[in-house]
Amino acid sequence: MEQLFALVLPENGFIWAPKLQLLSTTLYSMAIEKILKDDASEEKGERARMASFVGAIAITDLVKTTLGPKGMDKILQSTGRGHEVTVTNDGATILKSLHIDNPAAKVLIDISKVQDDEVGDGTTSVVVLAGELLREAEKLVAAKIHPMTIISGYRMASECARNALLQRVVDNKENAEKFKSDLMKIARTTLSSKILSQDKEHFAQLAVDAVMRLKGSTNLEAIQIIKKPGGSLKDSFLDEGFILDKKIGLGQPKRIENAKILVANTAMDTDKVKIYGARVRVDSMSKVAEIEGAEKEKMREKVKKIMAHGINCFVNRQLIYNFPEELFADAGILAIEHADFDGIERLALVTGGEIASTFDNPESVKLGHCKLIEEIMIGEDKLIHFSGVEMGQACTVVLRGASHHVLDEAERSLHDALCVLSQTVNDTRVLLGGGWPEMVMAKEVDELARKTPGKKSHAIEAFSRALVAIPTIIADNAGLDSADLVAQLRAEHHKEGCNAGIDVISGSVGDMAELGISESFKVKQAVLLSATEAAEMILRVDEIITCAPRKREDRM
Amino acid sequence: MALAFDEYGRPFIILKEQEQKTRLSGLEAQKANISAGRAVSRILRTSLGPKGMDKMLQSPDGDVTITNDGATILEQMDVDNQIAKLMVELSRSQDYEIGDGTTGVVVMAGALLEQAERLLERGIHPIRIAEGYEMASRIAVEHLECIAQKFDFGPTNIEPLVQTCMTTLSSKIVNRCKRALAEISVKAVLSVADLERKDVNLDLIKVEGKVGGKLEDTELIYGITVDKDMSHPQMPKQIEDAKIAILTCPFEPPKPKTKHKVDIDTVEKFQTLRQQEQKYFDDMVQKCKEVGATLVICQWGFDDEANHLLMHQNLPAVRWVGGVELELIAIATGGRIVPRFQELIPEKLGRAGLVRERSFGTTKDKMLYIEHCANSRAVTIFIRGGNKMMIEETKRSIHDALCVARNLIRNNFIVYGGGAAEISCSIAVEAAADKYPGVEQYAIRAFADSLDAVPMALAENSGLQPIETLSAVKSQQIKENNPHFGIDCNDVGTNDMCEQNVFETLIGKQQQILLATQVVKMILKIDDVISPSDY
Repeated sequence: MEQLFALVLPENGFIWAPKLQLLSTTLYSMAIEKILKDDASEEKGERARMASFVGAIAITDLVKTTLGPKGMDKILQSTGRGHEVTVTNDGATILKSLHIDNPAAKVLIDISKVQDDEVGDGTTSVVVLAGELLREAEKLVAAKIHPMTIISGYRMASECARNALLQRVVDNKENAEKFKSDLMKIARTTLSSKILSQDKEHFAQLAVDAVMRLKGSTNLEAIQIIKKPGGSLKDSFLDEGFILDKKIGLGQPKRIENAKILVANTAMDTDKVKIYGARVRVDSMSKVAEIEGAEKEKMREKVKKIMAHGINCFVNRQLIYNFPEELFADAGILAIEHADFDGIERLALVTGGEIASTFDNPESVKLGHCKLIEEIMIGEDKLIHFSGVEMGQACTVVLRGASHHVLDEAERSLHDALCVLSQTVNDTRVLLGGGWPEMVMAKEVDELARKTPGKKSHAIEAFSRALVAIPTIIADNAGLDSADLVAQLRAEHHKEGCNAGIDVISGSVGDMAELGISESFKVKQAVLLSATEAAEMILRVDEIITCAPRKREDRM
Repeated sequence: MALAFDEYGRPFIILKEQEQKTRLSGLEAQKANISAGRAVSRILRTSLGPKGMDKMLQSPDGDVTITNDGATILEQMDVDNQIAKLMVELSRSQDYEIGDGTTGVVVMAGALLEQAERLLERGIHPIRIAEGYEMASRIAVEHLECIAQKFDFGPTNIEPLVQTCMTTLSSKIVNRCKRALAEISVKAVLSVADLERKDVNLDLIKVEGKVGGKLEDTELIYGITVDKDMSHPQMPKQIEDAKIAILTCPFEPPKPKTKHKVDIDTVEKFQTLRQQEQKYFDDMVQKCKEVGATLVICQWGFDDEANHLLMHQNLPAVRWVGGVELELIAIATGGRIVPRFQELIPEKLGRAGLVRERSFGTTKDKMLYIEHCANSRAVTIFIRGGNKMMIEETKRSIHDALCVARNLIRNNFIVYGGGAAEISCSIAVEAAADKYPGVEQYAIRAFADSLDAVPMALAENSGLQPIETLSAVKSQQIKENNPHFGIDCNDVGTNDMCEQNVFETLIGKQQQILLATQVVKMILKIDDVISPSDY
């Protein structure tokens, strides 16, 4: 049977199709007329299941090596123009970039994406767990256990595992001091598997500070990340104010104290008359000049109206043409043009102003305030820095690093950490890390297996084996003797209230509470539930019908 | 191919480009058609029942669908054969008419075809078979009416309805939380049902899905969700006792549709036009404000200036709302859709107790909830789930459950599920067969045999011994003269479907039998297939 399928890796490596080539399509369509279209294929029963197992397990094996603090990175080269290169060990990013033909593999990629959207971290774990569940299921199916029986066993097991976690969670919501240290631990744990692990202390502090400023909101929009190549990762910093990646207009003040800011979204080029689709049509040059004068006058009036707000800084989303810019410069007002939409929204959020588009009632427009606006230099670039802002929610993280690849990866890592932290602020329950939760779940699930009569118990047992696979992989990736370590761990966990997990740094079993390795309960729960759901979905399939691929014109 | 020759041995050309066409005729054609139909039904056979398996379908664009809903499978299967297409149609019409039992009807048709093939081999004319089937189906449908039971429920007593919906949902992947989903479906249907006219307009129930969260987070919203957010980021996110102006005119400078030309040739004209423009925006917003609206929902976009004016006047607004959603909002809030600002009057405003914006997850997805509407006839079922496929499948399952609930409100007679109704019909048809003289008798007996196909497939999918189980249940039904016995798929220990609370609607079952018979009759009547051969 093994020879029937093989991973096909064409030159570019990313398009591969573990699909069973049906050697004898005619076998079961002997008497029947062909009912599907020409290129459509159909796989049934055992073969279909085999195809989905192979696909899912192949995906798992692909991302497996990135799991854990000693996980390896992958290089991804895009097929698009320029063959851009991404270096990452973020599961979701890797899987997103793959072009996959196997339907079961697509299911796994899907859950990883959802995990990324929903909780932000654990994208690799969810795929690995689902893959391990399928690997175990494959053995059970080979032992002639019906997939439906396996599914109901898995369901019981996942419910039991979730309860086991619920019993062991720590919730430090009441104690602000302790909660903060929890957050620090989680941030460190998350970051330790990423490129930032060298400076995890620094970045953990940075991420926790940023998230604490959000005061419970999960809107990560308010945290701006600016990437500037140059310097080292350690030079990255969190700025309490707001940094806009724009230049200050010529001849305008470079530094304003006690700034009053008007945030606007209005046309500051030739302000057209939009009504009735009117257009200019004249018969002499002098009239053109007159109208031009009127136009200028109109702009001047608009600028005057804007200035009537008593501002000394004007930020516009759209372009500001030379003429109004000059007017602003004359009045000593700092005018910033072409701040993009996000920038405007954030700036409005930060300074507490409203985004204005009409300027007739200066008294009712809320202006933004900040203590100081100045031009700063980061590396080679000039940026505008707003400090001492009214609303303390937003902040900016400036990332420095050797190259774009490093910065991109650093941003992804930081994003993961920020996501997890902001979710944890909402759901304050915390667990230990380092394979501890998996061992706790595995133990409870094992117990359940022993109590359950019938064939289901095999499936429940298999579930526990799949859970144990995760610490095994973490140890393997760190180059440790996984069999020995996991056995030790299992023995430790037989005691009540044990905190043992894998300490990858020293290569032994250690106390996770002492080492300060924590994980968010919400992430673990999402991993557990989505992985089970995905495995179940794939297991239920007994037939794969592939439609003929849509014909594309050959662009080559 | 049968060809006619003239006296010199040259073939007559009857059809255009005859030699390039393939032709099947007579018994051969019927057999080919039957086997194509059976092939389709064989694909669906394993999806039947609570323990049925799913199919994974990959579309031409590479999207994956996992489902065990018969209609969906066939719809996406990219079928080429003409007869197979008929089967697809069959399942689709069951879906439109009843909404559930789409798999069952195809399995049934497949079984009828299988029996017909045997009769054909014995030399019975296809038309006689078709007639026999017709008679038998009439007997079966009448018998169903005899064994159907009236089913009592009311707005306060929804338990029976929930039980029926649970039967439908138990065969889907969502059966983990079938209870919750069944309750949601029933409540949704009841809140839009017109109990006096016994009608339910399913258009009033909107099924929305958003990836993320758990299946358990699925909720029923007495109101409407719109996948949009406020037009200005600083508008209030929550409005109580909202008065809603529903507009289909844009907050944009007017552009008369008739052909026109406005030329600016003097400075004065330029200035007057400018002032007019400003006044126009002011007027629009003022008009909304005057009639007392506290929320503006608009089908079109806003000009930046208008947007700010709205914000300035503290009038939250939503833009780019689709036409269907707009209509739903109008129905739910009791408002009128206003196509022109001039026509805006206080009576045309819709009312809602609470309008709020909610965000999900770490991405900045936002949705607008409009709740406690003045006329809360429109409801939304909001599905959450692990991934897109899961949500799509849940949507399909909820659709089935909604249809079942609706059918019960239309006609509150039920029959028992789990194959019980089919077995009972089979017994009745078998008994009736002897009364018919002539060849049709055989066809009627064959019909009785094919009715057994559904319970047989159920038993097979549940891992039971199909023949043994079926004969045991059948003898039990005859012995105790009780049509409640069916296949015990979930291994509960009893095969009394009354105790297991497994119901199906009477009209659903009747429709299944009638539709399947019709299609089979049609297929049997074909005796010549001419198709262009491949080139």
